[in-house]
Amino acid sequence: MTEATRTGQMLAADGTPLKRSLQRALRAQKLRALMLIAPLLLFIMVTFVAPIADMLFRSVENQIVSDTLPRSAQAIRDWDHNSGEPPSEDVLAAFTIDMIAAVERKQHTRLGTRLNYEQNGLSSLFRKTGRGVGDIGETYRDQFAALDPAWTDPGTWIALFADPSWQADHDAWEAARTAARSAGRSFAEPVPPFRLKDGMAGVLPETADAYLDFARAVQGGRNGDPAARAPWPPVYLALYRDLTAVGVGRIATLDEAAQALLDPAHYAVRGFERADLAALYAGIDRAWSQPDVWATIQTFSARYTPGYFLTAVDLKQTPDGITSQPADQKIYIMLFERTLVMSLTIMGACVLLGYPIAFLLANLPMRSSNLLLILVLLPFWTSLLVRTSAWKVLLQQQGVINDILVWIGIVDNAGRLILINNQTGTIIAMTHILLPFMILPLYSVMKTIPPSYVRAAKSLGATNWTAFWRVYFPQSVPGIGAGCILVFILAIGYYITPELVGGTSGTFISNRIAYHISSSLNWGLAAALGTILLGVVLALYWTYDRLVGIDKVNLG
Amino acid sequence: MTIRGLLSATALVALPVAAMAQDLPPCENCADSMTVVSWGGAYQTSQIKAYAEPYAAMTGTTFTWDESSNEAVAKLRAMNEAGNITWDLVDVEGPDSQRLCDEGLAMEVDIDEVLAAGDDGSTPREDFGDSAFNDCYIPQIVFSTTFGYRTNVEEWGGRTPDNLCALFDLENFPGKRSLERRPKKNIEWALLCDGVEKDDLYDVLSTPEGIEQALAKLDTIKSEVIWWSAGAETPQRLADGEVVMGSTYNGRLFSVIVEQNQPVDMLWDWQVFDFDGWIIPEGLPEDRLNRVLHFLHFATDTQRLADQAKFISYGPARASSQPLVSTHADLGVEMAPHMPTNPENQKNYLVNNIEWWADNQDDVEARFQAWLAQ
Repeated sequence: MTEATRTGQMLAADGTPLKRSLQRALRAQKLRALMLIAPLLLFIMVTFVAPIADMLFRSVENQIVSDTLPRSAQAIRDWDHNSGEPPSEDVLAAFTIDMIAAVERKQHTRLGTRLNYEQNGLSSLFRKTGRGVGDIGETYRDQFAALDPAWTDPGTWIALFADPSWQADHDAWEAARTAARSAGRSFAEPVPPFRLKDGMAGVLPETADAYLDFARAVQGGRNGDPAARAPWPPVYLALYRDLTAVGVGRIATLDEAAQALLDPAHYAVRGFERADLAALYAGIDRAWSQPDVWATIQTFSARYTPGYFLTAVDLKQTPDGITSQPADQKIYIMLFERTLVMSLTIMGACVLLGYPIAFLLANLPMRSSNLLLILVLLPFWTSLLVRTSAWKVLLQQQGVINDILVWIGIVDNAGRLILINNQTGTIIAMTHILLPFMILPLYSVMKTIPPSYVRAAKSLGATNWTAFWRVYFPQSVPGIGAGCILVFILAIGYYITPELVGGTSGTFISNRIAYHISSSLNWGLAAALGTILLGVVLALYWTYDRLVGIDKVNLG
Repeated sequence: MTIRGLLSATALVALPVAAMAQDLPPCENCADSMTVVSWGGAYQTSQIKAYAEPYAAMTGTTFTWDESSNEAVAKLRAMNEAGNITWDLVDVEGPDSQRLCDEGLAMEVDIDEVLAAGDDGSTPREDFGDSAFNDCYIPQIVFSTTFGYRTNVEEWGGRTPDNLCALFDLENFPGKRSLERRPKKNIEWALLCDGVEKDDLYDVLSTPEGIEQALAKLDTIKSEVIWWSAGAETPQRLADGEVVMGSTYNGRLFSVIVEQNQPVDMLWDWQVFDFDGWIIPEGLPEDRLNRVLHFLHFATDTQRLADQAKFISYGPARASSQPLVSTHADLGVEMAPHMPTNPENQKNYLVNNIEWWADNQDDVEARFQAWLAQ
């Protein structure tokens, strides 16, 4: 009895357990194998997996709302959309600051486009509001200016809100610019990034926040220098709101210059004429006085949304939960069903047409089978568009097939068959285009079936049919499986042929996806539709694997 | 021709070129090449002949043409997200320019500042008029979507349609029609033929019943319609006798009628105007931007836009170019009667309300597709 058998462990010659030593030897091999496939793996990851993952992520991603309207998204959270009233003054003030910053960054129209997917009319509403929002707060700006003209001087704001170290940086930058200009050199250095003075956010929170956004937005533009521009009117709105809320004690914590400016203002704001924000927004567009628009903003202010997926299955996310789309706008479920049914039909047609051809190919003498194979491959090598267009010429009502039928007398001139611009057209053209994908795997499987089996069956008394059905056919099933998977998966994602010959009843879900990618630019919805399509294919593949077994599939 | 005649003819040809070259100011800090995106086909050829070739001859700029205008919006958005703009100048239709401008993908330009004044002394903004409808768009041409019909339909008994509503008249004008598989234009035409006034069109469409009314009108001919998705389909169907009338772009009909001599005629009634023009992608480096602006100043002046009409039957977007429109470069046909902007053709016309469509496109599109599928 050796040591190893007693402890139940096999040892290698050097005394290490055999298992570990084997693993070590294999690890090197695996590593080498991995290194060999690494270039391809990397290539696929970068050019295939990553873009698809990115695209799929878009189907739930919705950061644009909370990124463009950060304050409003926060402020509107507690508003009750069933109250029948637009949100409070606080929300409107937050929205004003968000909007003006978005306008400066030219993001408000982009947001409008996004929200227009959920509610019609928001695209133009945001464009329109973008033109008007700059005036909100003008009342306050004018009143502050009347109180002390220094309030319209950019320098006052810089002194009040900019960090002293930033001011020093800015002075240095300005000196460098002056020097460059006087020397006739071009000067492209950007303004140093704006920094807020410590403590201001505690005293005048909204104003500090709004001014910071102003400075950043101005810097984002071409040659933007916050020190050269008085803030937007909405910043004065924030200042008014802060000053009506803040206590004298807070202002006293600031430096003397700031106190000298803020104390009289703090006193005076009580007498300021108030601007009714709700009325101002209603003046820009009546839609703002309705709760609907606000409810849409509230519903879609989350960073991730199921909205696109809901739309993709004919549902709709509303403030009151998920509802069904109106009956006259339901198209997606119908399109998914149509895509599946037609793909299955095309697959079936390919089996029926392809099997005899593959059988002939595999069983004819070499010379004639080669010729036949060329006939199969020739259209396979021809451009897809050429073949599709050729079907147009053949199938249309004044086309070759109808002309021949009329000439023979099978149909009369008034009753010409409608073979194109409908489902028939799509099925005929796609069956033709996908046929080689059925024939080739079938052929390669049939090639490997030894003819001696059928001969043996016949010699034992089987009829031709029995020999074929009981002996030959079962052996060709893996080829049918491979062909069906290939044809079905290709068919389900087909796009150009249905577009050209499908008319209205023969188009697929992929035509809608293409429309949303390139025309309506609703990439989120396109991604959701694509994800569902991918899910359906994987589910069907899994079912197939369960029923037939994927190891039974043979590509030859 | 006498030698003197020949000389003066050459002088006439040579003179404008010489004058042009002198007029063109030098381009400072400019890239040597440009990537221009257009539609391919006859339209792109007209652009190359009318302005790219003369410009290249004068400045030595190399042009690369990308025929991607069809997917320009999607591609520009992708380029913008990737932070790598490879295009310098993009030719798009009006609604796409609005979308690009809204998304911040197109640069805002002040056309009064960057473009040449009209030959008649008008400022660019006056000269371009309605076609310059947003801050990013530099229009070139006006095209229209209109109807062609076959002139030898037996069932019509010698009648020919003289107005748009023949489209809905199956009694007098039986036969298949070819319409675009999109709601835009179709629903406007349907309402016009259902008694709605032009000025009320978009007010009616904004009501909940408006779309229904339009679809109900289209329902009356639905069984006779073959829908198209590419502009070339209607001309092909008309030529093959597959349809008796159908909508398409006026330039396509021009080539069926004038260039290919098919038994087809066209109807200008209620043609829908659309614009095609340039946008500059946002975020170009300075030298490329300078080159683009320098080129645009030349390519959109009064003479160049009028020249373009020699190669394609689309009308120049500048009012000052209209009187300069001459004959087709190869066929020698007088082009003015084939222009959508010709006063004779403009008695009834529509301009799509781009803002309304930007707002309502998604819903109307969904309803239209659902209606088609019924």
